[in-house]
Amino acid sequence: MRLLNRTAGRLSRHRRGPLAGLAVLLLGLLISGSLYTALAPAQAQDQASDAEKVAEGKELFLASCAFCHGKNGEGIPTVRDGYQIGPSLVGVGAASVDFQVGTGRMPLASPGAQAPRKKAIFTDEETEALAAFVASLGPGPAIPDESDYSIEGLSEEEREEAISRGGQIFLTNCTACHNFNGAGGAMPRGGYAPSLHGVEGKYIYEAMLTGPQNMPNFSNGNLSPEEKRDVIAYLDSLEDAPEYAGFTLGGLGPVSEGLFGWLVGIGGLVGAAVWIASHTTRTKKSKVNA
Amino acid sequence: MSIDTSKVASSNGTEAATASKPGRAGSLATWADDRLGLATAMKKNLRKVFPDHWSFMLGEIALWSFVVLLLTGVFLTLWFNPSMGHITYEGSYDQLRGVGMSESMASTLHISFDVRGGLLMRQMHHWAATVFVASMMVHLLRVAFTGAYRKPRELNWVIGCLLLLLGTLEGFTGYSLPDDLLSGTGVRAADGFLKATPVVGTYMSFLLFGGEFPGESIIPRLYIIHVLLIPGILLALIAAHMLLLVYHKHTQWPGPGRTEQNVVGFPMLPVYAAKAGGFFFMVFGVIALMGGLMTINPLWKFGPYDPTKVTAGSQPDWYMGWPDGLLRIIPTGWESVIFGYTISWNVMLPILIVPPLMLVILMLLPFIEGWITGDKRDHHLLQRPRNAPTRTAVMVALMTFYGLAWAAGGNDIIAIKLDASINQITYFMRVAIFLGPLLAFWITRRWCISLQRHDNDKLLHGYETGIITRSPDGSYAERHLPISETAAYTLTARDRDEVFHANGDTDAAGVAAPNTRSEKLRAKLSTWMYVHNVQKPTRAELEAAHHHAEHEAELQAGLDHPVDGHQFDDHHLRDADEVPLRDH
Repeated sequence: MRLLNRTAGRLSRHRRGPLAGLAVLLLGLLISGSLYTALAPAQAQDQASDAEKVAEGKELFLASCAFCHGKNGEGIPTVRDGYQIGPSLVGVGAASVDFQVGTGRMPLASPGAQAPRKKAIFTDEETEALAAFVASLGPGPAIPDESDYSIEGLSEEEREEAISRGGQIFLTNCTACHNFNGAGGAMPRGGYAPSLHGVEGKYIYEAMLTGPQNMPNFSNGNLSPEEKRDVIAYLDSLEDAPEYAGFTLGGLGPVSEGLFGWLVGIGGLVGAAVWIASHTTRTKKSKVNA
Repeated sequence: MSIDTSKVASSNGTEAATASKPGRAGSLATWADDRLGLATAMKKNLRKVFPDHWSFMLGEIALWSFVVLLLTGVFLTLWFNPSMGHITYEGSYDQLRGVGMSESMASTLHISFDVRGGLLMRQMHHWAATVFVASMMVHLLRVAFTGAYRKPRELNWVIGCLLLLLGTLEGFTGYSLPDDLLSGTGVRAADGFLKATPVVGTYMSFLLFGGEFPGESIIPRLYIIHVLLIPGILLALIAAHMLLLVYHKHTQWPGPGRTEQNVVGFPMLPVYAAKAGGFFFMVFGVIALMGGLMTINPLWKFGPYDPTKVTAGSQPDWYMGWPDGLLRIIPTGWESVIFGYTISWNVMLPILIVPPLMLVILMLLPFIEGWITGDKRDHHLLQRPRNAPTRTAVMVALMTFYGLAWAAGGNDIIAIKLDASINQITYFMRVAIFLGPLLAFWITRRWCISLQRHDNDKLLHGYETGIITRSPDGSYAERHLPISETAAYTLTARDRDEVFHANGDTDAAGVAAPNTRSEKLRAKLSTWMYVHNVQKPTRAELEAAHHHAEHEAELQAGLDHPVDGHQFDDHHLRDADEVPLRDH
């Protein structure tokens, strides 16, 4: 105890010294650095080879997906209400896995009308491994590269053209379900076209490519990669632009406008009428209780 | 007591009095009156009395929002170009630059993005339209629920219904003008409705569109209907509506001093001029705030109309929502083929038959009621909704029908916002649209009758004090105390309902009575309308109740302290003049 005390006393004598802060900083860096080297996962440069990734993906697949999709992704034949409960994943491609798992739709919490978007439970690496495994089952669309859905490389003029062209493509192909604002819409039997607000360009591209759930498949022959890119550029431009006209009221069209017209307009004005009528005329400045 | 005349005229007592020099406003008024002769009319009308109640101001919301519509509408016409000529948009909204559209769409975008204050004016115009029709609706409900549509105001009720119809049509023609995707979808739907009319449908469509849809005439035609034809009729009908209001005088709630022969309230000048003028600015202010803060019809996101496009959430404005709802829930297969021609009942019923039928029913309400009751007296005192249980219940049933159809018009939005299935909502609505009104009728009528009973309890036994007393034998009872005479007068200021009984088929001399069948129907309806109602207590019942109360008071009279249970209420203080009875 004496020794300890003495040491502590000696150390603490230097704790306000000019070099103390530096020493603590260096010590912290040293510890965290060595801990990271000891515990960190494989670095980018020594990425697992494709085969290893597929094997890793299969492990994950068997644990989390095989219950519905079968051990080899062949699907299960059980049909309920006209829907196959676990469809085959042969040929759906890496893009499909990246979309479904990356947006948290898969694994499904419970079967229902539609898989809702939720917090993704797999890390990016695990999603990549799962995608590699499913891609190995049969040829399908690959995960798009950022250059596929970004208009960064274009000139200012080309960008504007891309955006207005994308708007027209969006209105022709997408708004019937997703609404003019990308706010989403209803589909039969409890299904729905989800809101597109805040959805990453990659996932929108993958959704068009693979047609998840109720969504039709917009193959590259139907909407060329450039047209898909333009749609994403248009949606981004809507999110970047200010709301010129004030609060959007959900961006759902006349139904929400009518609701607010009644609540704010009629509600407020009837309130004003009550207020006016309750302040009746009087001859004295102070209110007389009659 | 003599009047002090020194303030108004001077006189030395032997010569005629001379008026004191008028003020500036007075001399101006004299100048105008000498030339226009308005003083006689004004003298009466500026002092015209209006009763005071918040519910009497609902129609004013409609009037003032109509004024806002006129003001903002004139602003919009200065830039709007009602043409279907095709041009390429080159304005300042980036996302649509280079897109082909009609000139009306382009000029609406121009108003929205390039005219100073244009977007505010557009949004105010649209919000004002929303508020205009909604306030007519609320006003209509007030008039119906209080029985204000009874004689002599039946025709003003009909005018009001026509105003509602015209306001709705005016709204439709207005939101169709910009030629954006949403309005084009609406016009396309209207074209379909026209074409669903048997035999003449296609002719009507070709006549309206000047050929096959869409043609190049529809926007200019809707425009002239929107800015000239309907506003003209609206203005004329509003004028008639107001003139009749002045002629009939405003209805009032019953109360001491208020009779069928007088109007108790405040004069037009200065009180109502100030109140109504102030209310105009409030309406203007609320609509300006809505226009400034809340998006309505962001047509730049819809883009120009193109028959190949459509958007989720394609609904009409709210007042067209209920026929749309009926259209959404009607089974799609309801069609019949006659001589090779398809009759689309699935479009005709919800659009061409039910809405006009509902309007006719609405307009006939006062006449049907008048025929059943046989009441030919003038009514200027309003009825509380509870005192006409059947009428109130009929109105609530109609409201329920309307509300369910209206909600069905937003079935997709309800589905996504409540995580429900659009199919199940539709199935539910198909049943509810029939059962809902019946259920609403039954509940409302029972509710009204219970409230009538409660009123009678208050008259006969007083109000519930909330003071629980325990008697010596251990039982608990709540004390009731008499209501004030004002409250009692107001509660009893209603007529007893008289059930109409048809005379026999023949009169005393054995001659067949005329109109036997309709009289019998009338008698049946009258029974149905009144038989469950609770009538106000008779004089004898009231006197017996008072006698009972006095007897109680006598028992306590000898005490020099309040009876147990009355220490904290106003009963034992009754003798003290300054303590009023509770006003209910």
